[in-house]
Amino acid sequence: MTAPADALVPICPLGALTPERGAAALLPDGTQIAVFLLDDGSVRAVQQHDPYSRSNILSRGLVGTHLLTVEGETEGRLVPTLSSPMYKQSWDLDTGAVLDSGGGEKLPIAVFDVEVVDGHVHVSAAPRPGTGGEA
Amino acid sequence: MNATGHSPLAPAAGTPLPPGTRIVVIGGGMTGHRFAARMQSQDPTGDWTLTVIGEETQHPYDRVHLSDWFGHRRAEMLALDTGVWADPRITLVTGDAAESVDRSAHTVTCASGTVHEYDRLVLATGSWAWAPRAEGKDLPGSFSYRTVDDVESLAAWVAERGEALGREVRGVVVGGGVLGLEAAAALQDLGARSTVVEFADRLMAVQLDDGGGEMLRLLIQDKGIEVRTGVGATAFRPAEDGAIGTAELTDGSELPADVVVFSTGIRPRDRIGREAGLAVGERGGIVVGESCQTSDPDIWAIGECASFDGVCAGLIAPGNDMADVVADRFLGGTRTHQRGEDGTKLKGVGVDAAAFGDVNAMTPDALEVSFVDPVHRQYRKLVMSDDATTLLGGVFVGDIALYSQLRPMTGRALGADPSAVIAPEGAGDALAGAEMPDDAVICSCNNVSAGTVRHAVNEQGCHTIGAIKECTTAGTVCGSCVPSLTKLLNQELAKSGIEVSRALCEHFDHSRAELYRLVEEGGQETFTEVVAAHGTGAGRGCAVCRPTVASILSSLGALSGKRHSPVGRQLGSLQDTNDHVMANIQKDGTYSVIPAMPAGEVTPEKLLVFAQVAKDYGLYVKVNGAQRIGMFGARLEQLPEIWERLVEAGFESGHAYGKSLRMVKSCLGTNWCRYGVGDSTAMASHLERRYRGLRSPHKIKIGVSGCARECAEAQAKDVGVIATHRGWNLYVGGNGGAQPAHAQLLVEDLDDETLQRCIDRFLILYIREADKLQRTARWVEEYPGGIDELRRVIVEDSLGIGEELEAAMQRHTDTYVDEWAEAVHDPERRAKFVSFINAPDLHDKTLRYVLEREQVRPARPEDAPETTFPTPLAAKEHALAGAAHISQEDQ
Repeated sequence: MTAPADALVPICPLGALTPERGAAALLPDGTQIAVFLLDDGSVRAVQQHDPYSRSNILSRGLVGTHLLTVEGETEGRLVPTLSSPMYKQSWDLDTGAVLDSGGGEKLPIAVFDVEVVDGHVHVSAAPRPGTGGEA
Repeated sequence: MNATGHSPLAPAAGTPLPPGTRIVVIGGGMTGHRFAARMQSQDPTGDWTLTVIGEETQHPYDRVHLSDWFGHRRAEMLALDTGVWADPRITLVTGDAAESVDRSAHTVTCASGTVHEYDRLVLATGSWAWAPRAEGKDLPGSFSYRTVDDVESLAAWVAERGEALGREVRGVVVGGGVLGLEAAAALQDLGARSTVVEFADRLMAVQLDDGGGEMLRLLIQDKGIEVRTGVGATAFRPAEDGAIGTAELTDGSELPADVVVFSTGIRPRDRIGREAGLAVGERGGIVVGESCQTSDPDIWAIGECASFDGVCAGLIAPGNDMADVVADRFLGGTRTHQRGEDGTKLKGVGVDAAAFGDVNAMTPDALEVSFVDPVHRQYRKLVMSDDATTLLGGVFVGDIALYSQLRPMTGRALGADPSAVIAPEGAGDALAGAEMPDDAVICSCNNVSAGTVRHAVNEQGCHTIGAIKECTTAGTVCGSCVPSLTKLLNQELAKSGIEVSRALCEHFDHSRAELYRLVEEGGQETFTEVVAAHGTGAGRGCAVCRPTVASILSSLGALSGKRHSPVGRQLGSLQDTNDHVMANIQKDGTYSVIPAMPAGEVTPEKLLVFAQVAKDYGLYVKVNGAQRIGMFGARLEQLPEIWERLVEAGFESGHAYGKSLRMVKSCLGTNWCRYGVGDSTAMASHLERRYRGLRSPHKIKIGVSGCARECAEAQAKDVGVIATHRGWNLYVGGNGGAQPAHAQLLVEDLDDETLQRCIDRFLILYIREADKLQRTARWVEEYPGGIDELRRVIVEDSLGIGEELEAAMQRHTDTYVDEWAEAVHDPERRAKFVSFINAPDLHDKTLRYVLEREQVRPARPEDAPETTFPTPLAAKEHALAGAAHISQEDQ
């Protein structure tokens, strides 16, 4: 099964997701993704592969928030976060950027666009361009 | 020779070592070790060699804590830092006694015939145990109490003698000093009855005054040890088989004596120096001055064999100081040896007594202020200057809380009304604001001043007791100064406005302990409520605070009896994956399955089910570090199927994934073991069932040993229980792991019920007060007031909260439910255990396994693809097919 890179793939009913918890899902090309239902009702999707432990486990990480202060901005921005269940590195769920690399190399993760249509979660078949660090 | 006083040869400064200097130390005791360690740390790259010649077969060990041997019976546990011997410049010779010194040839000759050449020689030969002249004192069954060999043979003798006589062994300890009392307690621990015979009219006659000695007698007798003062032993008569049997006393009476321990004082071992022609003191000992140099400029003497100002010290603190002085001078320093006010503290006996300074008020016109309470067995006395301002000495028996605080103040202004200081109500409050002067020695064992500690706090960033210990070595030998260190640390932190941030994370300004209290009082039951009531603002937490809040809500839910669901729907989203799916994540993303095995017991029937499950899934099987069997490599969707079968067979969750009780390990105990004195397996099983599932700041491990052989290694556990003939001894704060810690004795001789009550209290205090992810070892170490204060709170119930804590624990036990049994019977929760939400029948195809030692392990990138398999089961089936193929070929 193939799909255009920007096609949206239906994943599951919104109600099947547990609030503030992740679920793993398969894209048509076999790519594993991690889908999260956040406290505000929005859904995020990122790669399932943990670039640090090299295991497919990110859906089992903890979500949270971080007050991100960027140079030049007066007010911080509250971003949704994900931390790896293996070695606790954390990422910005909006951009895939590393927030805490635990002192090691910064390995960002790929972010997939999500749309909730009629109570059903759809995820883009390909990562958002410019996110993730892996080929 | 008859010389006392300072050596005229003491140079102003030490002469630095010429390159290639050969240093020889005679004596592998604590002082010799200290000297070697000091040389190494002060001059890590210097061009010299150092040989330590030890007569005992053991590596240098902690003789101060010799009685601890009875707790673990492993000589190596007493060993002093062995890192010193790894230095290629430093050589340790054991089991070879130095016999003579040839000063003109600069050689030391050993019993083995080996000759060591030296440029500089350090004598650290220590003392020998002196015993008074008495007929029959060398009969079999008579012992000294000074070396590991002594205590090993004493223990063996008591065991043998008990078997030969077929009754309780009766022991006599000659000498009622600190060591004698330790020996009497040790005999009692070995199951013998003991009587202490002291020639003076009171116990610890050298250190205590009459009043203190009398109170100590009451306390020692309370422990079931008989005390006879004012009498000596004149002769010993053999029993029928020729071993020692009866002691005759100076008052004409007799005592049964199947074993006799002499602890009647020590004498310096100065023979080698004496025969080599060195100046020797009037009362023995090699004469040294403040540089510790002897009458031969190439020979130094340190520790108990050295006579300084005509006195051979019998304590470790001056020995350590002398070792430091010689090391400093060898490296060109000017340090001189000073005798400080050391004080003495009774330890290892289960009775508190300590004293320092002019205990008998011998200073002209000195005033004595005392408090005596025979009912509660307390005696406190301060000796003051004639104007009642300067502290000259102190005696504390029964309650020594003030000792560590007051000892460093000897010779200084007390700064408070002495009678208020020792008053029973709020003893010590009068001193609350008092500050220790910079030059007051706070740790006398390692000679660390209050100023050094202040410097460490203010300039070197040491903001915990652990950091201060590491940085200054204060509090690392006998530990009696830790309460004072804690007070000093807190004073300094408060003064300089340094706030040690214990804030959990950006979402909470509170420490875990503060948040626990706030949630307990506020009654919040969800993360949303907790963050709204106590959080810093908007936000949904992080990987630090979410599991912490989950743990707090779980602990409080269980202890209040309201809800017992640490991993259920309510808290599930707060938990790390381990707690969430009730299994430990492994490196490839699969999980472990570890059922509880209380006390390590498992029936063959249950074991068969376990084996069949592991076989059906091809999982890797291993006994883990907590005396339990685990299977590894289960995928998420397999966990409920596996657990359903285990639950049906009667297994429960082992909580191997939780910050909770992991296990109660035990040895066999009285049912099977021929040495057991307590039923450790039954107790361990009972304790595991009481505390299973209890959520805590970090994991908790408990061990129960059925006798002093300590096969369960209970003293390396958070809670350690060891059976003796008189009941259970309870230890707390032990740890293996990266920072090993020995558990400390909390209370002795407990019955079953009291043991449980004490553990209830300890665990809940820990859950209430510890920081996030803080094991009990660090928590106990940093507890304000140390183990003594913890003992007051737990054993003496000084806060009056004991019953409340026990009731809370009872609620936890009563409402406990098995998490896995709950989950496998909840279809909605089971449905969440899938690898992919949009493809429940598929799993991660990138997982690969290889075979190693007939079992599976996750494949590594370097494994050849043709040796890997997609599932553990496929790998196992391939192995079995291969084995069948081979066996067919054999036929």
